[in-house]
Amino acid sequence: MAGTAIQAKVQAQPSEKKWRGKLERVGYFIASFAILLGVWEGARALRLVNPQIFPSVGAVLKCSVGMIRDGSLQYHMYASFLRVLCGFSLGIVMAIVCGFLIGWFRVVRMLMDPAINFFRALPPIALIPLMIILFGIGEASKIIVLTYASFFPALVVIYQALVGLDPLFVRAAKTLGATNFEIFRKIVLPQLLPAIITAARVSLGVCWATLVAAELIAAQRGIGAMMVDAQNFFQMPPLVLGILLIGIISLMMDGIVRAIERRVTAWQDKLS
Amino acid sequence: MQKGILIDGVGMTYAGLGRQHVALSGIDLRVEPGEFISIIGPSGCGKTTLMNIVAGFLEPTQGKVIIDDREIHGPGPDRGVVFQQYAVFPWMTVRENVEFGLTLRANAKSAAERKQIADHFINLVGLKDFAGSLPKELSGGMKQRVAIARAYAVNPEVLLMDEPFGALDAQTRQFMQESLLTILEQEKKTVIFITHGVEEATFLSTRVVIMATGPGRIREVMPIPLPYPRHAAIKTSAEFTRVRAEIETIVREEFLKQRTGIVAESAQGIGVGQ
Repeated sequence: MAGTAIQAKVQAQPSEKKWRGKLERVGYFIASFAILLGVWEGARALRLVNPQIFPSVGAVLKCSVGMIRDGSLQYHMYASFLRVLCGFSLGIVMAIVCGFLIGWFRVVRMLMDPAINFFRALPPIALIPLMIILFGIGEASKIIVLTYASFFPALVVIYQALVGLDPLFVRAAKTLGATNFEIFRKIVLPQLLPAIITAARVSLGVCWATLVAAELIAAQRGIGAMMVDAQNFFQMPPLVLGILLIGIISLMMDGIVRAIERRVTAWQDKLS
Repeated sequence: MQKGILIDGVGMTYAGLGRQHVALSGIDLRVEPGEFISIIGPSGCGKTTLMNIVAGFLEPTQGKVIIDDREIHGPGPDRGVVFQQYAVFPWMTVRENVEFGLTLRANAKSAAERKQIADHFINLVGLKDFAGSLPKELSGGMKQRVAIARAYAVNPEVLLMDEPFGALDAQTRQFMQESLLTILEQEKKTVIFITHGVEEATFLSTRVVIMATGPGRIREVMPIPLPYPRHAAIKTSAEFTRVRAEIETIVREEFLKQRTGIVAESAQGIGVGQ
């Protein structure tokens, strides 16, 4: 009884501390963006940028409300999301499968390593012109480029994690009678999950950056296309809105992946 | 049928470039069911190699290991292993760790049976209040208790322990030795235990196997004529002190032999250098 009372007390303190820390983080988060908006409006007021050309915060807000009303914003965002989702999912699944083959079999690793390093050094945007010639300006070429963009960073993270696994746990599982498949599913996979999440985070970032580049080059729909249209018609608010959207969406996606990461890797001994 | 472990003429030779390294040679040992055998010796005497052979991680280049009339090849659930490093799965709770072996096809049990078996062994190692904890919340001694419970859960004939308390502080170590004897009293197993500690070996074992180096071989098998159950107090008894000193003398002799061997070799190295 006394023991549990003490335990409860010990636990109460960190939870209050944690709550305060969370509040502090939210505060800084808001403050950080408030400063950004302040700099924006300040730059216009001080004529560091031409206020006739560069829109005010209010104008961009008004523009976004209008675009949400007529549904054009959702239309563009939906197109972009769908592309990222397709390319990212395909890329990450392929990376997991290939990562295992490369990490597990030495021969495959030795054979593939130079090629992987070659392709890894090649920015996905460099492939866009070739893909447009091979697959046209439709969805296929964009999804191929996005798949490529998410595949290589994820592949490297996954197979390096696999190579670095401690064989101790595999040995322990073998002494309990585990088959190779059971070792893979119950020992290797759970240990790789943190690396797979990290891979997803990296890939998602690369994917999103590549998407906008692909849409800037050739697309009728999507956030990049929306920005090109705005540039062609010299409409500044949608152009700036496009830039903001890309940042906000990246931030949100990263937040989601990080939330998943925290749940999945709770068992790890964090250094911090 | 002969119960127990028979290590029959086991040898291990590693083929290097141009020269061979004999890690173990002519190991013969009969371990009766329920015996507690400690293996002690200077580093490099091949005791870990011998353990790896009995566990099935290594195939011996000569001889064979027979457990209950079956020659062993590869690791299996008939031989539970407790490692020196904490091999408790860090992504599983204590309960999941102990149940792990029972979720495998080799010893599959229903969920209800799993729970019952896990409860039993978690209680046995004294971790009832920590069944839902993750390993990162446990001390080193507690992690080794989980490892022992996990090994016990699949009901092996033999328990192989490779310096399981080597990484623990002196107090915890003493406590774990006593706990291990208590656990063994309740659930009898045949144990092969590798250690550096003469006192530990004397305290726990029915027999102590002292190994020698170059090549790794058995130098002496020393019976410990002390009755069970044993408690920490026994360590101050005259009989314990005598047996312990006897083992210590041989271990020390082997240690010095190995050292002078190394010194002679390096002296030769310097000679060549000049």
